[in-house]
Amino acid sequence: MNWEAAITLFGSVALIFFIGLMASRKETSGKSFVQDYYLGGRSLGGFVLAMTMTATYGSASSFIGGPGVAYNEGLGWVLLSVTQVATGYFTLMILGKKFAIVTRQYKATTLVDFLKERYRSKLVVLLSAVSIVVFLFSAMAAQWIGGGRLIESLTGLSYTSALFIFVVTVLIYVTFGGFRAVTLTDAIQGSIMFIGTLVLLIAVIIAGGGISEIMADLQAENPNLITPFGSDGTLTAPYVSSYWILVGVGVVALPQIAVRAMSYKNTRSFHLALMIGTIVVGVIMLNMHLIGVFARPILPGIEVGDRVMPLIALEVLPPWLAGVVLAAPLAAIMSTVDSLLLIVSSTIVKDVYINYIKPEASRKKVQRMSMGITALLGILVFLMAVNPPDLIIWLNLFAIGGLEAAFIWPIVMGLYWEKGNKYGAIASMLVGIISYIVFQSFYPEPFGMHAVVTSILLALLAYVGFSLSMRQEPLKH
Amino acid sequence: MKKKPSGGKDARFRIANREALIGIGLAVFNFIWWFAFAYGLGGKDPSEYTYVFGLPAWFFYSCVAGVVVMAALVFIVVKYFFTDVSFDDEVYEDQ
Repeated sequence: MNWEAAITLFGSVALIFFIGLMASRKETSGKSFVQDYYLGGRSLGGFVLAMTMTATYGSASSFIGGPGVAYNEGLGWVLLSVTQVATGYFTLMILGKKFAIVTRQYKATTLVDFLKERYRSKLVVLLSAVSIVVFLFSAMAAQWIGGGRLIESLTGLSYTSALFIFVVTVLIYVTFGGFRAVTLTDAIQGSIMFIGTLVLLIAVIIAGGGISEIMADLQAENPNLITPFGSDGTLTAPYVSSYWILVGVGVVALPQIAVRAMSYKNTRSFHLALMIGTIVVGVIMLNMHLIGVFARPILPGIEVGDRVMPLIALEVLPPWLAGVVLAAPLAAIMSTVDSLLLIVSSTIVKDVYINYIKPEASRKKVQRMSMGITALLGILVFLMAVNPPDLIIWLNLFAIGGLEAAFIWPIVMGLYWEKGNKYGAIASMLVGIISYIVFQSFYPEPFGMHAVVTSILLALLAYVGFSLSMRQEPLKH
Repeated sequence: MKKKPSGGKDARFRIANREALIGIGLAVFNFIWWFAFAYGLGGKDPSEYTYVFGLPAWFFYSCVAGVVVMAALVFIVVKYFFTDVSFDDEVYEDQ
């Protein structure tokens, strides 16, 4: 066990959370509990908005799983990962001002709120709630596992104890803090990630004897490692390009991202967030995955991909610094988990319970329910994560694809196409989800691309077809 | 069906629509840049690669330069083509 690294790791994480909690204490109460707890009162400034988007999206899959795959596949996987640069600007530009204006008019605080007001259909709400709970549950399990793996590699504790420590920390934090605390710590975490990956990248380059040296070593081992095609040539151009949809532009449809796109204060913050976000996401994604590739000649023969990051940090940095730098991925995972927990619990409490079961529930009651459900969810995911699959990245990508297939057209067309109606939305969600699950199970790469591409196209046809053929009678009261 | 503020079509939506189109334009440009350099220069045999700062040229232009170019483009576009709009005309504020 590496005490020095473990102490600075947990110390940094504790410090981050302490600051978040203190800051969120200052401004509670006022407005409604729901607005505050789930949306931070729509008051995010530009820097915080950019960082919270980055930290939410840059999750266990990019920080633990991604570099692990890059270690095995070489530069081809880095090429695939930089498609995520688009998330830095595309998501905000597409949802952008229209989403912020419309959700304010609707008084919507969640993605489901927006869909409910836009389509006025109980079935749309229930379908959305179910997809969010199911797919985000898988995504959360993936993050849980990543957190456990990281603590396991660093401290030498057993996986289960590591997971336990991780889950308890997250639960305490998110149960009491809510959205504002989460977004504030996201800002700090985002900054640590940015600087941490730079430090680690430089250290890895020095340890490997310079970039040219590392490239020569890689080429000597297997020339494919420095081509765009992956270590055994299987990363084809159509397959890699389809990640533009999966982790690039499709991210528009992720509920945890969409909720942030309605929570900013004014358009100045929004413009600032666009500029900062693009740079930060680009630099972090590029660095993180390059570290995975560069680690290969320095530490050959790591078997579990998910352990590459912690091990290389311990190898090339002094232990205390490794602890601080690894606080970045750990913090990223935590903040992703935090937001996912909040989304799932808000779906259950706000979108289903308050909407359809007990609209007159008191503030106190809603508060207790929200905290209770959040804690309960955490425990359920823990039970799921105790027996993890081998590589978390695939679990996470599965969940992301499912959400995109379900939500992309109801959101985007709902915003920009007036003729879109509830029939289109329902058809599009059903077709998207079902075709995605069927493709994933029986035919994972139609046309050599990730299944999400085909499902999204089918969902678009369904949305347009049903919207046009089943005109909704105008709802005028 | 949509609740529009009185006075018909919200002028802010025109701005929003234009900026969304710019977003699509940027992503398309980003994709072409990324794809052309990666598979144009990277499709050769690795022994024929040229290198920039120690990295294979395809990777340097497609990924490293790609990130820098996109960051610069977003900066320019936001600075010169995006318009500030107000969110304050709604009853929402003092709920």
